[in-house]
Amino acid sequence: MKVKNKEPLLSLENLTVAFGGLVAVSDFSLQLFSGDLVGLIGPNGAGKTTVFNLITGQYRPTKGRVIFQGKDITGFSPDLVTTVGIARTFQNIRLFGNLTVLENVLVSFHVRLQSSFLAPMFSLPSYWREEKAIRREAYDLLEAVGLADVTKEEAQSLPYGEQRRLEIARALATHPSLLLLDEPAAGMNPQETRELMEFIKKMRDDFNLTIFLIEHDMKVVMGICERIAVMDFGMKIAEGTPEEIRNNPRVIEAYLGVED
Amino acid sequence: MGREEKRDLALTLILFAVLMLGVSLAERYLNTYLIRILNTACIYVVAAVAYNLINGITGQFSLGPNGFMAIGGYTVAILMLPLVQKEQVYFLQPLIWPFNSFSFPSHLFLLALFLGGVAAALAALLIGIPTLRLRGDYLAIATFGFGEIINVLANNFIPLTNGALGIKGIPEYTNLWWTVNWAFWSVFMIKGLVNSSFGRALKAIRENEVAAEAMGVNLFRHKLLSFVLSGFFAGVAGGLFVTLISTVSPSLFTFTMTFNLLIIIVLGGLGSITGSVVTAFIFAFLQEILREVEAPITIGAWTFPGIPGMRMVVFSVLLVVMMIFYRRGLFGDKEISWQLIIDRIKGRNESEK
Repeated sequence: MKVKNKEPLLSLENLTVAFGGLVAVSDFSLQLFSGDLVGLIGPNGAGKTTVFNLITGQYRPTKGRVIFQGKDITGFSPDLVTTVGIARTFQNIRLFGNLTVLENVLVSFHVRLQSSFLAPMFSLPSYWREEKAIRREAYDLLEAVGLADVTKEEAQSLPYGEQRRLEIARALATHPSLLLLDEPAAGMNPQETRELMEFIKKMRDDFNLTIFLIEHDMKVVMGICERIAVMDFGMKIAEGTPEEIRNNPRVIEAYLGVED
Repeated sequence: MGREEKRDLALTLILFAVLMLGVSLAERYLNTYLIRILNTACIYVVAAVAYNLINGITGQFSLGPNGFMAIGGYTVAILMLPLVQKEQVYFLQPLIWPFNSFSFPSHLFLLALFLGGVAAALAALLIGIPTLRLRGDYLAIATFGFGEIINVLANNFIPLTNGALGIKGIPEYTNLWWTVNWAFWSVFMIKGLVNSSFGRALKAIRENEVAAEAMGVNLFRHKLLSFVLSGFFAGVAGGLFVTLISTVSPSLFTFTMTFNLLIIIVLGGLGSITGSVVTAFIFAFLQEILREVEAPITIGAWTFPGIPGMRMVVFSVLLVVMMIFYRRGLFGDKEISWQLIIDRIKGRNESEK
């Protein structure tokens, strides 16, 4: 167990969001600490992705706060959330399909660009120096995730597994300290899933990340997550180590139903 | 700047020199009719490339370039019209202050064009701020309405625009030097932007707004940048146009102008700047060649009267055929680059060996 007396990296405080009469997430609280690898599991429609959307600013919570590195980021727009150091991937892959693999990653560097738009319009050398630097960094990153030999391919032409990896690479390029992965293993066979989970663990260590991942297959997260939160009907019903979760009667109930 | 960029820049400058040589030859040897078509083609290049920036690159469907061209056109016309001419033209109602008290001399033509562009860019800013915050097709509706509003204003704000009569006797400053230079430098600048990190951000918005925003791209700021730049160059194109034909009236910049530009950018490929350049030339020449179909035709004993507007029918049919066989236009979203040309030449040499 990690020592929990330090400041949490991300702290979700009583997050609640309602769409009309439907309460999608209700009173959700959770703390993530630097270096954590935490899983968020739950049946379909439990509100897992909604929690991610609340953290990244896609939705604004009806109630509650999102505190990141001690700063209240509730209601920040998604691009601002990215700049403070939270990156994400999507459940249904959202790559820039017609752009190349390299360009997909380069987009993430744009937010830190120093030059004004006039510099490339007038082909100023200062712009080209910057472009060269970010290209080198993007290549290195693609090398690290094992996509170095497909940099010039269109993103939409990649096989499924590589698209998933490209999405992670693209998120890493924003220099996050917290990475949110929304069902990274969706649509993969057990072998691919195992490889991906190893990859995610390696990324966390190599890039000094904190990872928060959604998965609806319980077996997948049990292997790699140190801590798991379980959601059902928009509420957190359990939190603990994989061992605790596995034996928690409420979790079993949520996944298997109640015996009459 | 890497080696490839340096090579490309050098080749581009050589192309510019060749173009300038071509212009001086054309001015000397070509007839006025051909020069007129070339001028029109170059103006279409400026307008179409600007239009492609917002529609093709950024994926925001605007229908307003006619409005921006009108603003640029009227601005340049009012600034450049000589004082004597101003008194004659505005006989219904005198031109309002301060425009009745000064007139730009010919050496300030560049400044006038620039101000025309700035006026159009400001209008773009004004429409862009409320509409570009929204997702979806609001921009199309708002810009379509904007074009109509500008047209109504041009017809009815007589102390500024002289109403439906328009403004005549604008000095004809525009010649091939002006149009080719503007076409060249607009393409140079817009292509520079499109190939840069900003261009990638704009394309990312086109591909997937949610993902672009999640990667830190500020959607509103970037859409606005693209829209305002597009407005600026459309305004300049309008200014060049009125000083080419020496007159401006509300009928010059109706929705037909937007439709023409839409044909150009769709045929060239949405998202291909160089594609728009090629189709702008094709369009300008086709427009002249197709005048034939509007003239009376005699076949044997029968004479068919000419039908004005037949050209647009031909263009529309062409567009339909293109959409069936080349759905993504001539160039798709690919650009003609120096690298591509070099590869082609090398490839041919190698296959000959």
